[in-house]
Amino acid sequence: MIKAILIFNNHGKPRLSKFYEHFNEDIEQQIIRETFHLVSKRDENVCNFLEGGMLIGGSDYKLIYRHYATLYFVFCVDSSESELGILDLIQVFVETLDKCFENVCELDLIFHVDKVHHILAEMVMGGMVLETNMNEIITQVDLQNKMEKSELLLADKCSFA
Amino acid sequence: MSPSVPLQEMIRAIRSARTQCEERGVIQRECAAIRAQFRQNDNGSRSHNLAKLLYVHMLGYPAHFGQMECVRMIASPRYSEKRVGYLGAMMLLDEKQDASLLITNSIKNDLSHSNQYIQSLALCTLACMGSAEMCRDLAPEIDRLLRSANSYIKKKAALCAVHIVRKVQDLGELFVSAARSLLSEKNHGVLHGAVVLITELCERNPETLERFRKTVPDLVQIMKGLVISGYSPDHDVAGVSDPFLQVRILRLLRVLGRNNETASDAMNDLLAQVATNTDSTKTVGNAVLYETVLTVLDIKSESGLRVLAVNILGRFLLNNDRNIRYIAMTSLQKIVVTDHNAVQRHRGTIVDCLKDQDASVKRRALELSLALVSASNIRSMMKELLVFLSSCPLELKAQAASGIFIAAERYAPSQRWHIDTILHVLTTAGGDVRDETVPNLIQLITNTSELHCYTVHKLYRALLEDISQQSLVQVACWCIGEYGDLLLRGECQETEPVQVTEDDVLDALETVLQSHMSSPATRGFALTATMKLSTRISDNVDRIRSIVSIYGSCIDLELQQRAVEYNALFKKYDHMRAAVLERMPVIQRNSSGQNSEDASEETIKEIQVTKVKQEELVLAQQPAGPVRSHDQVCDLLDLLSGPQEPLQPSLAPAQPISTTTALMLDRFYIWTQKGFILEHNLDSGLLATLTASNSSDSDISSFTLQAAVPKVRLSVFVSELEQIMRNIKDGSIGVDGLSLNLFLILKYEITGINREGASTPNSLFLSFFKSGHDVLHLRSFSLFRCRTDLIEVIT
Repeated sequence: MIKAILIFNNHGKPRLSKFYEHFNEDIEQQIIRETFHLVSKRDENVCNFLEGGMLIGGSDYKLIYRHYATLYFVFCVDSSESELGILDLIQVFVETLDKCFENVCELDLIFHVDKVHHILAEMVMGGMVLETNMNEIITQVDLQNKMEKSELLLADKCSFA
Repeated sequence: MSPSVPLQEMIRAIRSARTQCEERGVIQRECAAIRAQFRQNDNGSRSHNLAKLLYVHMLGYPAHFGQMECVRMIASPRYSEKRVGYLGAMMLLDEKQDASLLITNSIKNDLSHSNQYIQSLALCTLACMGSAEMCRDLAPEIDRLLRSANSYIKKKAALCAVHIVRKVQDLGELFVSAARSLLSEKNHGVLHGAVVLITELCERNPETLERFRKTVPDLVQIMKGLVISGYSPDHDVAGVSDPFLQVRILRLLRVLGRNNETASDAMNDLLAQVATNTDSTKTVGNAVLYETVLTVLDIKSESGLRVLAVNILGRFLLNNDRNIRYIAMTSLQKIVVTDHNAVQRHRGTIVDCLKDQDASVKRRALELSLALVSASNIRSMMKELLVFLSSCPLELKAQAASGIFIAAERYAPSQRWHIDTILHVLTTAGGDVRDETVPNLIQLITNTSELHCYTVHKLYRALLEDISQQSLVQVACWCIGEYGDLLLRGECQETEPVQVTEDDVLDALETVLQSHMSSPATRGFALTATMKLSTRISDNVDRIRSIVSIYGSCIDLELQQRAVEYNALFKKYDHMRAAVLERMPVIQRNSSGQNSEDASEETIKEIQVTKVKQEELVLAQQPAGPVRSHDQVCDLLDLLSGPQEPLQPSLAPAQPISTTTALMLDRFYIWTQKGFILEHNLDSGLLATLTASNSSDSDISSFTLQAAVPKVRLSVFVSELEQIMRNIKDGSIGVDGLSLNLFLILKYEITGINREGASTPNSLFLSFFKSGHDVLHLRSFSLFRCRTDLIEVIT
């Protein structure tokens, strides 16, 4: 099971934090800080798996991370997930974001964090991998966005009437 | 106007704040505005406000006042508001909050909504934060959705069902039939969800596991389709067809095939095919291969396949990609107990990985190296491990040190080597060793009386060099106190002689006493050592007396008490001083298995001879008495050393074991001869029943039965078992082939003839295997190479 998905930048500022297990707000922030400390110490050419996060749960948890330009994508998983599989999942996630936002960069994630949440909700649900087909994910997200837009247009029309 | 614009304005404002203080100010103003608008129930911009609040929450500011707003938004008919409301619910609410109960009804309504996206929102939220009550209420709805025609909804419902099963295990029954029918879906998303659901159900309930074993052929079919099908653009990731689904199915096959011959047979071909056909140049291919290897090693696969699997792991170990090497070592860790020899072949590569720069790889290599230490390679491995210890990262030092101690204790080729190794560890990593190292080492030293001289010389020298490592200093002080006379004598066979005067020794001890680096415990050691020396040296007793009296006014209470008592020993009780301070006796070694996880006790069964009846002799069981120590067993073994020892019918009672493990024994006959049968019975606990029955015409008298386990093998077995207990807690491994010799000696008299029988050495074995997460099974009593006229076995 995936315990948490975190995206933060090179200075530790969180850009997305999704927890699939409940923690208090201050513990969540501590987890983000601790994860940033562990991950930022890593060299470029070491492996993408880290152990030793204390807060998020004992010996069963691993951090699987990937570093893209200015952002770290970190998945906190337990032993029931395949490590290499999660690594690929991160890749699929980033490619999906790239397709949805057209050459995604950090600013896109900052200003459209709710959209990122919705995309992520199509991929991972309740800590488990839901869908890994990029096209399928993008189709669904587009349909949902269209629905939202049409509703708003309708609301605007009504308010003018 | 898209709903995100006000959010974006706020984000821009926050980002333009140049200091933390400014940012806090901006956020506080925004939060106040949001709170006011929540109170007003302003319909137009509710979703914007909640979105802003969620952003603020992500940055770490309190946002609990938005919880009720989430509840209201979820109940709204508009999609955009529902969307943000559900997102807020997932981020702000949890089962401990009361507000979460309020959304149960909304979720229920939304699950039956006509719009699939609204249904999916409800499913998603339920899967993320559904509490047990919510799950119970909504489980029938989920079951209905599992059977709907819409594959988008079906796949989400499947994962939601997984969450429900995790929260409330009993509801698993509800989903079994739906899960079964989902396996025939074509849509990969639904199939993926179904496989996850089935895996979860099987792992939690063994009956469900039995039922799903029948689906193995279907799963094999699906996998074959994926592997052979060729290029499918929808699901292709770098040339492998839907690797996520492949990995999931392999995992399910592993769960189904574990400990089951028929299921494992059905999978053998498929696993061989996947192992050989998958392209291993990309990460995805390696992910599938890795999962295949794990499955092969976990089920009852044929030996050719196992060899293939271990070879694939060996190839992984040599891969340039560190990720792959890390993964390979993780999986080798899991099989090192069962396929020990296969892993030993790769020992060289693993030891090289100890020198890798990557901390994660180092950690894995350390654990694996410690598991690979054996009697034959102990010297070379220890050299490598000691080199590693001197340069390893701080977080691994404690683990490395204790691992080295355990390995040294188990496989030390000589006492001197053992002591040298421990001293080496103390000098390099003395600050990181565990507390029980000091008494263990002291005990070891007292037990090797021929090396006292050598030890005390070495320790003295180490003490002179460095007094900062507390464990080392404590042991050194203790030894100097005990064996100071040997130190002063100067000559020593094992090491070069060095002239040490009494003043030097007292100087060293005083330095420890006065140093600010010494902990209070260390100073206590030093004071006691100084005192002990008063009987071992002749000239400087006055100096000792003065040292001791100085500390009579020390601030530290423990030191003060000691000093005062020693002072009294000098003054009033001088006649007793020599007796009090003489050499310590050899400490009885308490076995390493004193903790409650000691499972060795159960191997000794308990028999009590009851009244002999005319026709039959039945051995009953004694109820499990209070926990007795391991030493009782050793006493018994001493009794058994001579074959004609008098009868000792009651053996040590089986030790009540902690609730996480249990041993089960199969029933079989140990002895049949001319109507006398000794059989062994399955018992669901630790105690096994040995039943002897006599179906012949004559009476049996003077019945004795003795059972024992060899002492030497027992300590090895206990530590192996402890390692396995630890591994069981960490993750599942297969235990196979852990075995223990059992001796049985049987004597009785029938028709005036004394009959006697004994199992021959190496004839009776208890071997263990592990099934499930936390149960260790006794697989069999197996008899090898036994004399057939003496013992017959039917397993």
